[in-house]
Amino acid sequence: MTKVLMKGNEAVGAAAIAAGCRYFFGYPITPQNEIPEYMSRELGKVGGVFVQAESEVAAINMVYGAAGSGARVMTSSSSPGIALKQEGISYIAGAELPCVIVDMMRGGPGLGSIQPAQGDYFLATRGGGNGDYRMIVLAPADVQELVDLVIEGFDLADIYRTPVMILGDGMIGQMMEPVEFKTEANKELPEKDWATVGTGGKRKPNVINSLYLQAEDLENHNIKLQAKFAKIRENEKRVEKYNIENADIVLTAYGTTSRIAKTAISKLEKEGYKVGLIRPISLYPFPNEAYEEINEDAKGVLTIEMSSGQMIDDVRLSLNGKLPTYFYGRTGGMVPSPEEIVNKVKEILGGDK
Amino acid sequence: MKNDKRIRIIIGHYGSGKTEFSVNYAVKLSALGKKVGLVDLDVVNLYFRSREKAQILEEKGIRVIGSALKGTAVDIPAISGEVLTPLQDKTYDAVLDIGGDPAGARTLGRYKDFLVDGEYDMFFVLNANRPETQSVEKVMEFIVKIQDTTRAKVTGIINNTHLLKSTTTEDVIRGYDLAMEVSKVSKIPLKYNVCMEHLVEELPGEIKDKIFPITLYMREEWMI
Repeated sequence: MTKVLMKGNEAVGAAAIAAGCRYFFGYPITPQNEIPEYMSRELGKVGGVFVQAESEVAAINMVYGAAGSGARVMTSSSSPGIALKQEGISYIAGAELPCVIVDMMRGGPGLGSIQPAQGDYFLATRGGGNGDYRMIVLAPADVQELVDLVIEGFDLADIYRTPVMILGDGMIGQMMEPVEFKTEANKELPEKDWATVGTGGKRKPNVINSLYLQAEDLENHNIKLQAKFAKIRENEKRVEKYNIENADIVLTAYGTTSRIAKTAISKLEKEGYKVGLIRPISLYPFPNEAYEEINEDAKGVLTIEMSSGQMIDDVRLSLNGKLPTYFYGRTGGMVPSPEEIVNKVKEILGGDK
Repeated sequence: MKNDKRIRIIIGHYGSGKTEFSVNYAVKLSALGKKVGLVDLDVVNLYFRSREKAQILEEKGIRVIGSALKGTAVDIPAISGEVLTPLQDKTYDAVLDIGGDPAGARTLGRYKDFLVDGEYDMFFVLNANRPETQSVEKVMEFIVKIQDTTRAKVTGIINNTHLLKSTTTEDVIRGYDLAMEVSKVSKIPLKYNVCMEHLVEELPGEIKDKIFPITLYMREEWMI
């Protein structure tokens, strides 16, 4: 198929529809408004339903309902709106329902700004909602990868019966890039025999629920959930690695910042520096093994984020003290430039070569 | 360019590259010694707006008029009263960069009284690689909608078919063919074929006649 030029947010909508999503419930917030706008325009054409809910809390609970009846369903928002959805996300994880949630992050905390940021890493990977749950979190670095991960996200949600978050930022959402929609057959997906679609008088009713009246039952449910998360950790790590076996220093970043890091690396290489990159694509499960492959003589690992330092916690846990860690970040909606990263690398490695 | 009307309105779907075209057009006009006012009337997009490049443009002597409210994070469709200056003051050559869809183009309706037939140009920026403007029917539908909301008439088509930094001559030629078809149906002339400088030499003669080479001001170094 030929490439077309799409804005990240529009591409999310097109990818979701291509993946068979027919239900979208959301509430507007910048910088992701083109997602509900696209869905409101396009879902009706394919027999789907778009509802602009009265709030984010209502929208995520509509997702709970649609997912419980076995539908492919999505919601999207940006940082403060995602914060409002946390209760519903915890319920969805607890009730083991598949859905895709898109977060195009903006500056924070609070209402923050409408410019791009990456301050929701903790919220996404640590479970902003209550209880012992984990959520698959995928972080695209360009619009093509955004399309691919949205489509794959729906499959992962169905396979594991769990919510999947696509963690982008305003830049990915607003940026125009060439994309193509690969028409591969979906993975083999389990039948949704748990969905509440009516018994036809032939079986016991299915129950979608996250409330347990007996502590023993809830503990057993938690054990089952944890076994599922362990399986996700075993099977679903995604990472891009570049030149980490013989690097003087390894940069690590996800999403938009990873692209700026790549530009910084090519600049540094021209000056003779050997710089590697680890780009986590899945933030949960975090690709910790990649950090074990770094050259032992490397001077350290520089984490770059559009936050005050959140993913760096996972980097430290992965390195387990093996190498020194450094950090460079911009916040509030400021995007780091390749030069800033180049300068930071030189500062760590000790001046010009 | 000198033959274009004093007031140039640039419209097109978001992603068509109208902001990049507007910025380049303003820079070229300014280089011709004109006193240029670039008006950013985009209240739909919040990223990649011409006002972000105000500093570079002002260094080139171009007056950039955006929102009355300063601050990149202002998510309010506020327009500056200054917009009237280049419209009314005939010593200015005005370039108006309009929001990327019929809803965004509504801002222009407010200036209807200043847009007299024959005294302005409204250029429709066409990118044949955008899903919304890939066929003659879709382009015509878009032109009609935008004319209805802006209450102004499209006077020229700009073929700006691109895939950002991966644009090839094939893209430009395909866009040219579509633009010519649209031109035939709509009776609106093709004004310019836009492409990045390095592609110009490889293009066939008929396209080169109306070539408008551009530099990418809106794409950061790390973007594709």
